[in-house]
Amino acid sequence: MPSLKDVKKKIESVQKTQQITRAMNMVASAKLRRAQERIEKFRPYADKYYEMLKDLSKGVDVSVHPLLEPREEIKATGIVLITSERGLCGAFNTNLITKAEKLIKEKSAEGKAVKILAVGRKAAHAAKKVDSAEILNSYIGVMDNFDFTLANKIGLEIIKAYEDHVVDEVYLIYGQFVSILRQEPVALQILPVTQPEAEEEENQGPQALYMYEPSVEGLLAELLPRFIKVQVYRGLLDTSASEHAARMTAMDTASKNCDDMIHKLTLAYNKARQAAITAELLDIVGGAEALKG
Amino acid sequence: MASTIKLEIVTPDRVVLSEEVEYVGVPGVMGQFGVLKNHIPYLSALSIGSLYYKKGGDTKYVFVSGGFAEVDGESITILAESAERAEEIDVERAKKAKERAERRLKEQSEEIDYARARAALMRAIERIKTKERVGM
Repeated sequence: MPSLKDVKKKIESVQKTQQITRAMNMVASAKLRRAQERIEKFRPYADKYYEMLKDLSKGVDVSVHPLLEPREEIKATGIVLITSERGLCGAFNTNLITKAEKLIKEKSAEGKAVKILAVGRKAAHAAKKVDSAEILNSYIGVMDNFDFTLANKIGLEIIKAYEDHVVDEVYLIYGQFVSILRQEPVALQILPVTQPEAEEEENQGPQALYMYEPSVEGLLAELLPRFIKVQVYRGLLDTSASEHAARMTAMDTASKNCDDMIHKLTLAYNKARQAAITAELLDIVGGAEALKG
Repeated sequence: MASTIKLEIVTPDRVVLSEEVEYVGVPGVMGQFGVLKNHIPYLSALSIGSLYYKKGGDTKYVFVSGGFAEVDGESITILAESAERAEEIDVERAKKAKERAERRLKEQSEEIDYARARAALMRAIERIKTKERVGM
């Protein structure tokens, strides 16, 4: 039986922990709001991009641009793994890393070399532990504060690796933000670029005939590399929003657990106090009885 | 009331502009082109430079770099990597960027650096030009 003082100390320490988890919850929710806003602002740009590429690549032969053309022999797979910088966000990073490990295993089984580009501290640490994969590069400390320049840098690096035949296909693994309660790890193939499917064309009536400048090929040469960056940026934004959402939920659960614990401990404390008082009373009464006799 | 066309300028970070305007002058890769209402559908890559539009007698300038213009009869959409309205441009910063780029160009170390420095220099020069057009 722990002493009264011990129980009281324990309660205080749990209360302090709860203060921290509550604060982290609040910070995460503020950051989530900002991240969501950025996604909202980025969406019109990304949507327009998909649309334009769809219009442009329709009916175009894949051989017009190297980024469109699938390679006949795939010797190496590149994986861009995006995670958060910090933990304390539930199973969020673990899920992403598990997803990556699964893909690595799959590709290794097919006899392909796997090369990783890690974004975020957690990704970099995980990549180091995988023996079957080579690390191309790690970006650490970037996820807390980034803009399009980061996507630009990563995009250029992937494209260069692809053009130099260091990798023959590239996957992007990121945490897709579905809702505050749901974030899904997604593996998306970004290279070679798969042509967006033209759906329900009949319903749209005659398509407007565009005049292109410089030429379709010239435009694709400009559009495709940027498209890669747009996808990377989307991955970054989504992962960032997902991270904050996951942390919010994790911290909310932690605060609730603290509540439970405090409740139980307080109960134990009160019981122990009662027991002590009863024992003391019994002593006094017993003493008084003895004196009487 | 002259007939208007909807001009939208979008970057990854924000919608810079969304307005009904009368005329848009766009810096295309093959040279400047003008867009009025009922322009034929047109898709062009953009060069680094300044775009201008006219509305109610006013002419306004916007710096754009690295992007595309998509035109149909009713609207024109600019997708740019960066875009700033003239009044948002930080000239001091652009001047510093210009000096930095010029210094790097003189050193002429590696080819990649050269291309990047050149692009940076172009952006800085065009930013300053865009600002000057407004007459500060």
